[in-house]
Amino acid sequence: MKINDVILRTVTKTVVFIILTLGIYLFFAGHHAPGGGFIGGLVLASGIVLLYLAYDIETVHKGMPFDFKKVAALGVLLATGTAIGSLFFDAPFLTQTHSYINVPIFGKMGFSTVTIFEAGVALTVVGVVVTIILSISEDE
Amino acid sequence: MVTVLIAILLPFVCAALIPLLYRRLRRVAHLGWFVLSVPFILFLLLARYIPQIAEGKTFIHTYEWIPSFNINFTTYLDGLSMIFGLLITGVGSLVILYSIFYLSTKESLHHFYCYLLLFMGAMLGVVFSDNLMVLYTFWELTSVSSFLLIAFWHHRKASRAGARKAMTITVFGGLSMLAGFLMLYVASGTFSIREIVADVEVIRDHTLFIPALILILIGAFTKSAQFPFHIWLPDAMEAPTPVSAYLHSATMVKAGIYLVARFSPVFGGEAVWFWLVSVIGLVTLFWGSFNAVRQTDLKALLAFSTVSQLGLIMSLFGLGSVAHYYGYAADTVLYTQASFAALFHLINHSTFKGALFMMVGIVDHEVGTRDIRRLGGLMALMPITFTIAVIGGFSMAGLPPFNGFLSKEMFFAAALTIRNVEAFSISDLGLLFPIVAWVASIFTFVYCMILISRTFFGKLQLDKLDKKPHEAPLGMLLSPIILCVFVVGIFFFPNVLGHYILDPAMASIYPAFPSASELTPHIHAWHGINAELLMTVGVIIIGIILFKTLKSWKPLYRIFPQRYTFNMYYNRLIEFGENSSAKLTNRYMTGNLTHYFVYIYVFFVALIAGYFIWSDAIAFNFAKDSAVESYELILVFVMMFAAVWIIFAKGRVTAMLLNGVLGYSIAFFFVIFRAPDLALTQLVVESVTTALFLLCFKYLPDLMPEASRKKMKWSKVIISIFVGATVTLVGLAVVHFDRFEPVATYFNDSYKLAGGSNIVNTILGDFRAFDTMLEVVVLLIAGLGVYTLTKLKPRKEETDHENQ
Repeated sequence: MKINDVILRTVTKTVVFIILTLGIYLFFAGHHAPGGGFIGGLVLASGIVLLYLAYDIETVHKGMPFDFKKVAALGVLLATGTAIGSLFFDAPFLTQTHSYINVPIFGKMGFSTVTIFEAGVALTVVGVVVTIILSISEDE
Repeated sequence: MVTVLIAILLPFVCAALIPLLYRRLRRVAHLGWFVLSVPFILFLLLARYIPQIAEGKTFIHTYEWIPSFNINFTTYLDGLSMIFGLLITGVGSLVILYSIFYLSTKESLHHFYCYLLLFMGAMLGVVFSDNLMVLYTFWELTSVSSFLLIAFWHHRKASRAGARKAMTITVFGGLSMLAGFLMLYVASGTFSIREIVADVEVIRDHTLFIPALILILIGAFTKSAQFPFHIWLPDAMEAPTPVSAYLHSATMVKAGIYLVARFSPVFGGEAVWFWLVSVIGLVTLFWGSFNAVRQTDLKALLAFSTVSQLGLIMSLFGLGSVAHYYGYAADTVLYTQASFAALFHLINHSTFKGALFMMVGIVDHEVGTRDIRRLGGLMALMPITFTIAVIGGFSMAGLPPFNGFLSKEMFFAAALTIRNVEAFSISDLGLLFPIVAWVASIFTFVYCMILISRTFFGKLQLDKLDKKPHEAPLGMLLSPIILCVFVVGIFFFPNVLGHYILDPAMASIYPAFPSASELTPHIHAWHGINAELLMTVGVIIIGIILFKTLKSWKPLYRIFPQRYTFNMYYNRLIEFGENSSAKLTNRYMTGNLTHYFVYIYVFFVALIAGYFIWSDAIAFNFAKDSAVESYELILVFVMMFAAVWIIFAKGRVTAMLLNGVLGYSIAFFFVIFRAPDLALTQLVVESVTTALFLLCFKYLPDLMPEASRKKMKWSKVIISIFVGATVTLVGLAVVHFDRFEPVATYFNDSYKLAGGSNIVNTILGDFRAFDTMLEVVVLLIAGLGVYTLTKLKPRKEETDHENQ
């Protein structure tokens, strides 16, 4: 029996964009408002999982040809890399720094190394969640 | 001293480069040529310092590593470490040159050379480190790389078993050595060997001094394959021959001897040290040579001979330690000759044993077997290999004109001298030393003759050989020939070696003695007709008689029942350990989830509730609580309803969705109590886990009504009630718990300190970033775990090629 999932697919097409945008917004908002790497990564992952639920794996893979294990590994590399990176500036392990830079158009913006660290967290969360769900669902 | 630092680090750096180079180089050249450059360069770098070391200089440099724990990366180059450094790099170069021709490019060379370089770096680290903790780290690293190299052909069962045995025994010794080091630290307050040697008078009276001595000796004995720990070395011969020549005869097994030599100035004056080192050494010497005679595999024969020769060197260091007891005086200098002979034989052994191992490797490679029952008559076919065997074998047997003769004579002299020592009540047993030494030397002579004659004389048995024998290529012969040149060269010019290499090493072993050059005797090949020479003549005569009558007395070996060998005891010990731990584990790991939950919850209740009651922390104060609103009550009822319904749910999906109701209600609570971060996280986590559970449930059977006994059911009810009560009570008690200083004030400064006004995130990303980082790593490991468990299951049709 073939399940009719037209409604799910149509809704997914629109909703996924909202979810992914929300995820990215949450990621950047994290410094001063609710959000952050973990939650941002989770929202992104749930959006991707929704895509996998609505469409089959091959179709989604065509649009996002990532190996999510590598995404997770890249995340861990970023997180530990920023931690070790501070050693090269003669600062203790995991020292974070931040400053404000004037960027044309956007005006004064805050930049922080925490963002890189949090990006690592987010990528790991996305990678691991998608890897787990994919490997369980593909298991015969 | 950058040279020493380079010497330790270069092998590690090159080992890391090998995976990158391997792909590019594979088609162009044998990877070994690149690897060969490492020890060769290091050998030249170290050799440049020989003249300065010979003048009595030492080089020390400290790089601060963990100064708060007194652990510094201190490199120390003196006479003793110079000998080992030259051996490691020199023999290393020759072995790698040899391995280029021994191993074909079809083998996984990148693994082989990566492990070999790891070993080289670790071994150089052992001999150049002054800090005990750093030394220990490198020490264990040599065990690990030896394990990897023994198991290089890991499709063979014997290789894996040998590797495991070597690892178990040497790491056991390493751990006890670590305990000994820590005791020394307690006694002396420093990890630096030089400082310990300097304060030895103070440390000697400490109660932990003797325990530390024994534990460190266990480490040295296991590593140097001393009786009864020698059983790992013959099994380690499963490794490729270059590895046996390098690790298991020339370098790694001498790490224990290095340790004994290094600690001689600390423990040397103790009777326990003298008796343990010299007696265990002598027993090993005898037992190894006695057992070597009955071996039929050439490599096993060489393994037992290595065991025996290591025992010889060890016992010499034991005999030499008497000089520490007496201190410096004109007549006690005589006793230091034993240590001198030990150092001399250490180098000689590396030359002739290296050549012999390579010779056996050539025979194995070109003829296809190492079994002396199938070999014979190869002299005419492999003349150069034969010459190598004769030079190496005669040197090992202690015949002139080879270097083994010189050191063996010195060994006899030292054993004879010790008869006259009054200290440690030696004089009663003094006569035993030369007798055991002499008897062991006879067996040594016999197995050397077996090695040479069974391989090269007699009848050629072509029908028993897999290949048609022929002489090896020049490249393979080059390394053993170079070693043979040393074997002969050292015999004719021993005093060059004595002055430049041995003399400064004596200064390291006897730092309290004023002049090292006085401790260095002038080595003569001919010293008149004396007791030592007569002993050697006796060894040759009786050795030849025993060799000729080998058939008639070989059945003697069968008198020893096989049940009582040390190997048997080792196997039984391992079997007992495996069986009893399996029994214990199977007793509680029942595979039943319910049982696991019972363990977890009982432990939880016992620990948490127990602690709260014990510390009298359960106290309630409702005075400051705000009033409960009606919508909060509604949520609570929804949650209670869902929770109770889960228990009676008939299907898994129903239970899952009800669990989701609980989760979302908690998210509502977070919203009500104004915790948007938590609410968001809870919502998303709940959604993702629900999807995940639904996926998993596809594979599970329908829920079955549990057919459990009534008693079991009631115990579960009681445990659940206790868990619920514990959580509730702890939750209520914690709200007004004010014994600790609140950390909240610290986080109030989040904007000032971390530049972010979201406190939760500054905690995650800055204040407690270490936790977050490790959590991320754990998450990755968990993900990879799920992936490997589900994806990489062994396929049924794959043949089991593991146990050949």
